[in-house]
Amino acid sequence: MSTVKIPPVLRQAAGGERTVEAKGANVGEVLTALCEAHPAIGKQILTSDGELHKFVNVYVNDEDARLMQWTDTPVGDDDTLLILPAMAGGQ
Amino acid sequence: MSRTGLEAPPLVVSPDIVATIGETPLVDVSGLSPNPEVRILAKMECDNPTGSIKDRTAKSLLDDAEARGVLKPGDTIMEPTSGNTGISLAMISRVRGYKLIAVMPDNVTEERRRLLEIYGAEIVDSPGETGSNGSVEMAKELSAKEGIPMLFQYGNPANPRAHYEGTAAEIIRDCPEIDVFVAGLGTGGTLMGCAKRFKEHRADIQIVACEPLQGDPVSGLRSLDDGFIPPILDITQLDRKLLVENMDAIVMTRRLASEQGIFAGVSSGAVMHTCARVASTMERGTIVGIICDSGWKYLSAGIWTGDLDVVEETLDNGVFW
Repeated sequence: MSTVKIPPVLRQAAGGERTVEAKGANVGEVLTALCEAHPAIGKQILTSDGELHKFVNVYVNDEDARLMQWTDTPVGDDDTLLILPAMAGGQ
Repeated sequence: MSRTGLEAPPLVVSPDIVATIGETPLVDVSGLSPNPEVRILAKMECDNPTGSIKDRTAKSLLDDAEARGVLKPGDTIMEPTSGNTGISLAMISRVRGYKLIAVMPDNVTEERRRLLEIYGAEIVDSPGETGSNGSVEMAKELSAKEGIPMLFQYGNPANPRAHYEGTAAEIIRDCPEIDVFVAGLGTGGTLMGCAKRFKEHRADIQIVACEPLQGDPVSGLRSLDDGFIPPILDITQLDRKLLVENMDAIVMTRRLASEQGIFAGVSSGAVMHTCARVASTMERGTIVGIICDSGWKYLSAGIWTGDLDVVEETLDNGVFW
């Protein structure tokens, strides 16, 4: 099971949990397992077509999965996934 | 009298302070590299007149607006900013005769407010818990309602152009052997402009972005639909994007000062932390990282002197990038 860190904006949908465990061999499978266990999260991070919301960023061990192999990025039991909303940066 | 040795440089007098923006030094900071085969160089953007890389951005935004005939002396402009861009715009506005209204989160450091006031800007507060997203929204609304032009660094091609024509061109001239480029991701201006120039120079140069893992108190979006991706940012131009925790950024910010004598802001610590992380996985080569701003505007946050845990909490509660 990998660990998934939940951002404040999704915490209520995760029953208030800051981290949850989810099973899967890649990013796509872990997110699918997460949404099955917490359907309220699925309603927020997935579009009606089942695609990931454009303002959702997923990191595997602090690296943006979109620039790795996105949903095919392999995930091991010791890996941590972090879901973050897209925020403006810049000064 | 006959002279020996090097000729003295010609006397150079800048027409004004704005003309001194850019042409920053590149400094070897390989002492921070965990790999003796990998050199790390710091591009000292803290050497710009207001102490940040945003002087380049602000000058480019204003030059562009003037060229398009959008601005004339005496005009008022508005901009969402968490500090540095506002300070740069305010400084140049003083020289060129504009008035700036800066929309910024109410939890930025006191130094940034003071500097904006010194340069004559008007400050409008946006709620701190909504971070820079809140400033962008509020500035858009006010600009439309009051009819005040906004230069909008997040969506204006003049922002990346400053780095395509300036920052990256200078780095290639001074260090053509560059293998990896690391910069902080905010508006995307530095990364997009530099990526385009570097890939034209050599397609195999790696472009690495680092971004802050923002603390819970400043990531208070109501829903994912309130998210924001800067229109100028195209992440397909990046090779890697890495998160940096505040603690790692603080530790490296302190090392920059104590080991290299470079007094820089927290985002520069994050960039150098990322340079070291990338260096540890390389066989050999040269990494250039951006020192985005100097440390003066962060003194009140106790970054160099405070207890690490307390400083981390301070950073988690504010907007520092």
